[in-house]
Amino acid sequence: MKQYLVFLGNIARISFQGSWRFYAWMGFLTLITLIGLNAYARQFAHGLVTTGMTDQVSWGAYISNFTYLVGIAAAAVMLVIPAYIYRNEPMHKVVLFGEMMAIAVIVMCLLFVMVDLGRADRFHHMIPPFGIFNFPVSILAWDVIVLNGYLLLNLHIVGYLMYSQYRGVKPTAKFYIPFVFVAIVWAISIHTVTAFLYVSIGGRPYWNHPIIAPRFLASAFTSGPALLVITFQIIRRWTKYWIGNEPIFTLRRIMAVAMIINFFLLLCEVFTEFYVQTYHVAASEYLYFGLHGHNGLVPWIWTAIALEFVALVLLVMPVSRQLKWLNVACVLAFVGIGVEKGMGLIVPGFVPTPLGEVVEYLPSLNEFLICIGIWAFGALLYSWMLRVAIPIMDGSLRARPDTPGGSSE
Amino acid sequence: MDSSQKPPESRTVQEAARAMDRRTFLKNTGLGAVGFLGFAAALSPLLELEKGDLSLDDFLQKHYRELSGDELEKILRELERRTARDFGVEPTISDARPVPGAEFVYALNLSRCVGCRRCAHACVKENNQSRTSDQDLEGSFIRVLELENGSMNLENSEHYYDPELVPQEGKYYMPVQCHQCRNAPCVKACPVQATWTQDDGITVVDYNWCIGCRYCMAACPYYARRFNFSKPKLEPQQINPNQAYLGNRIRPKGVVEKCTYCLQRTREGEYPACMEVCPTGARVFGNITDPDSEVAQIIKDKRIYVLKEEVGTQPRFYYFFDK
Repeated sequence: MKQYLVFLGNIARISFQGSWRFYAWMGFLTLITLIGLNAYARQFAHGLVTTGMTDQVSWGAYISNFTYLVGIAAAAVMLVIPAYIYRNEPMHKVVLFGEMMAIAVIVMCLLFVMVDLGRADRFHHMIPPFGIFNFPVSILAWDVIVLNGYLLLNLHIVGYLMYSQYRGVKPTAKFYIPFVFVAIVWAISIHTVTAFLYVSIGGRPYWNHPIIAPRFLASAFTSGPALLVITFQIIRRWTKYWIGNEPIFTLRRIMAVAMIINFFLLLCEVFTEFYVQTYHVAASEYLYFGLHGHNGLVPWIWTAIALEFVALVLLVMPVSRQLKWLNVACVLAFVGIGVEKGMGLIVPGFVPTPLGEVVEYLPSLNEFLICIGIWAFGALLYSWMLRVAIPIMDGSLRARPDTPGGSSE
Repeated sequence: MDSSQKPPESRTVQEAARAMDRRTFLKNTGLGAVGFLGFAAALSPLLELEKGDLSLDDFLQKHYRELSGDELEKILRELERRTARDFGVEPTISDARPVPGAEFVYALNLSRCVGCRRCAHACVKENNQSRTSDQDLEGSFIRVLELENGSMNLENSEHYYDPELVPQEGKYYMPVQCHQCRNAPCVKACPVQATWTQDDGITVVDYNWCIGCRYCMAACPYYARRFNFSKPKLEPQQINPNQAYLGNRIRPKGVVEKCTYCLQRTREGEYPACMEVCPTGARVFGNITDPDSEVAQIIKDKRIYVLKEEVGTQPRFYYFFDK
């Protein structure tokens, strides 16, 4: 117990030490986070009138970001599966980076839900025994459980492995392997349940569609690894922790397959909507071509599709075996899917309204500041975790410095 | 360890960390102070919160269904006091429990409705809707749609029609409000059971329990729910002082609200405001468990149209036709 407290103390101490670049980066992120916090304080005092949302489009940027990030969070599983099921050695060295990313991103997801609440002061109504939890009927209640469960699983796995490494002992399999396998299934569940939030709404045909969940998985298994590929290169460039090319190119193969499936499912969706031309097509029409002269999303969705398509072409071509082109593909995929999920999944569900009214949505400045604040906070959290984890993983921080560096399993 | 890289020498944190000399101490203290000031500045808009926006009593209040009679009584009196303080009119806020054995149902005659929107205006007044002017119908629980003869595609409906005279040639009108569904998607959606269907079939919201997630609004196929994006704006002369806890009392900021078939009236044996004001008699409201009631007769004998029947909501709201 005492040793654990010393461990926490050590972590706290090294958290504030680094080069001037580290200070500049963390200071920058802190500043953006505080700007976001300031915008949230304004929203808290005056209500959601400070956002661009309306009765007609009652969810906006917060829920869009939340949905996109759930996908990113679960993408850690694309490192865990090769590492633990296929026993891919190079993956084992980086799997913790994926799990830490899952932690940071789930925290961002929870923050995006929090800022979306009209009454954040009543958050405890969702937590039994203080509140009443509408489980198992409400899909949102399911989502709260799966997201927090995934957060706890990853906190446990990462925390346990780090602490073992710090003490220089080999981790005991039974204390973490079962959790790793539960987390694999759990990762799929956070996608699925989040997609079911929308799929379960019978009154909105744009969402009430079985393909939403699989397509959400496919696109997340592209955008999540894309972020990891970039992150790995940043880590090996700016820290002492060396990551080889093998995990990066394994992720490239995963992304290529996921992107192909993503486009196939998009085709299925578009065909069903447009060939038959039932009046359910209205939301898709609004998204892709504009409806009754309203076409706010049209440039966004075509940009997103263009970006994703170029990413797809790059990923399946040999050219992306060069890191330079792979990075281009990753950025395009990450941005493209972000725009597509952000603009194209949530908002068209509300346009037109169930009574046929077309009201467009544009986030307000305050709403935008809150969003970038949460992104900055996520980056801050992840940077901090790397700051603490890398000295432990590369063996430079040990409880007793004479112990040999353990392997990273 | 990757073989290409020589592992750095292992050190404890005490060795790795810089020693805490006077200079670092001052620097750290300075940074801490800047951080604290930044944090305080970021939170400063919270000072704009109005008095009574947050209180411990509200924080600890239980769900409506778990309140004892005494607790509820205390809350009702407190709400009356606060309404008087914030809006300048002291209301009477009742509990208005469901009438035992009753099931309220609405029927609306599409052949008779002329689209005058008097129902929508009466709704706003009766239910203490926030409004910028007396012409502001945005918050009304009733939307009257103008449709072309020969089609019932709501996507071609006109919500903001504004001719000199109604009804217009070649058009017909369809008021839409909460359908008080038997299989209500909003009730299923709510993560905290802040909205539920009571024994007389009316779906209510505990405005003091709602967390404002708006999942119910997304779930509703009838656009029947509204959200309080800010604190309601009401002049004293606009306030209806006859209020109910689950009905038309002035809502707090950040919660969802909806049509309750005017439960503050109908549970006392009166008609809903929208029916009372209708000039053509298109609206019929009543208790369907009474076989002699007009609604029961209409549902038995007339040609009935259920809006969005394919969604499976099984509404307690029916449209019917004369001819």
